[in-house]
Amino acid sequence: MPDLDVHPPHLYPAYKSTILRSPTRPLLLVPEHLRDVSMPVFGESVLGEFDHDLTKNARVNGEPIGERIKVTGRVMDQQGRGLANVLIEIWQANAAGRYVHKAEIHDAPLDPNFLGSGRVLTDAEGRYSFYTIKPGAYPWGNHYNAWRPNHIHFSVLGHHLEQRLVTQMYFPGDPLFAFDPIFQSTPVPARELLIAQFSMDHTEAEFALAYMFDMVLNGHRKTPFQ
Amino acid sequence: MAHLLRETPSQTVGPFFAYSLTAEQYGYPYTSLMNHAMVSDQTPADYAASERIFIQGRVYDGQGNPIPDAVVELWQADPQGHYRLAPIGPRNGQPGFTGFGRMGTGTLPDGQFRFTTLKPGVVAGANAAPYINVTLFMRGSLRGLFTRLYFSDEVDANAQDALLNSVDPARRHTLLAHREDQNGQLTYTFNLHMQGDNETVFFAFAP
Ligand SMILES: [Fe+2]
Repeated sequence: MPDLDVHPPHLYPAYKSTILRSPTRPLLLVPEHLRDVSMPVFGESVLGEFDHDLTKNARVNGEPIGERIKVTGRVMDQQGRGLANVLIEIWQANAAGRYVHKAEIHDAPLDPNFLGSGRVLTDAEGRYSFYTIKPGAYPWGNHYNAWRPNHIHFSVLGHHLEQRLVTQMYFPGDPLFAFDPIFQSTPVPARELLIAQFSMDHTEAEFALAYMFDMVLNGHRKTPFQ
Repeated sequence: MAHLLRETPSQTVGPFFAYSLTAEQYGYPYTSLMNHAMVSDQTPADYAASERIFIQGRVYDGQGNPIPDAVVELWQADPQGHYRLAPIGPRNGQPGFTGFGRMGTGTLPDGQFRFTTLKPGVVAGANAAPYINVTLFMRGSLRGLFTRLYFSDEVDANAQDALLNSVDPARRHTLLAHREDQNGQLTYTFNLHMQGDNETVFFAFAP
């Protein structure tokens, strides 16, 4: 039986912002019969033509700079059943480690052809894929010489409220794992679940390396969706 | 119990979500599939008799300062007590009433959020009182937080509500949104407190 306790604690003092922003009292467990059955569903028609391709959806006068990659995987419940029609929203820094955000202060160049936003819906088997540029590492103010490992942010709307997940996908072998309190906040045995795997099978010849990142959402109850 | 896969661990939403999750609210060049309007400007005919309401508030940190980089999501039943099952979309269409809203706290003064919606009805079989599911993400929060908003003017219904009744009586007030009529607009104020005497009651779905 694997250890199912995978989530970081609310308070993790090495990540300083948690100190004033985490609840201090135990959470109240909602009885199963009082949980909600469904989350909102989005139709395929809501997606823009290039929402799944971050290398194309903000082009102004050329291609974005950096290493083009494909990210693909499957979203499933804890019994391994694929979850269809799940909205995955994506955001990330550019190849230089710079975010297109007004509060960003890192002295690295913006890329006029890269925004760093995307979204996809999973197919009938729970599969998704998108193209992007491999994000760079960036410094942050948590402590002296603090750097975030390369990562892509995901927001996932599953079928139930308890399947509402926000997470980050990391890349294999990053030397910054040992120094990043956000990654380190995750229980040791569960950290591997946050790291994508390089996939030669999905790598597209002459085009893009591929990384596999499966996501498992809370729950194993019968789904109301067929 | 059968062998279960391990969940993907939660990680913080961080400070830089806005150009994806709430792009239009913050003026970034990317469309948004949801925002603070949970109902179209023109109330759908099916709900013509329903109360159009505003939900506003702030999220306060442990020192009582409003948090300007949180994301608040609301999800609720319609005035007849039904969650929307029909897919939302198409993009730029008229979704009518979605019951789903999302707003970042970085665009209005002092970290305020403000949603437009219709007052939910009671969900059959689930609860005695109308409520809205509230989900909260922010920098400094390693996990999404879930709570519920109940309405201060539903005194009798609230007294019958199973989940509200399971909350320590001294903390129930943290789940109540307070009704005011502001310039003819029916407004409910719901402030979230991360810590302190008024620390909001947050819910968990797994032990
Ligand atoms: Fe980040």
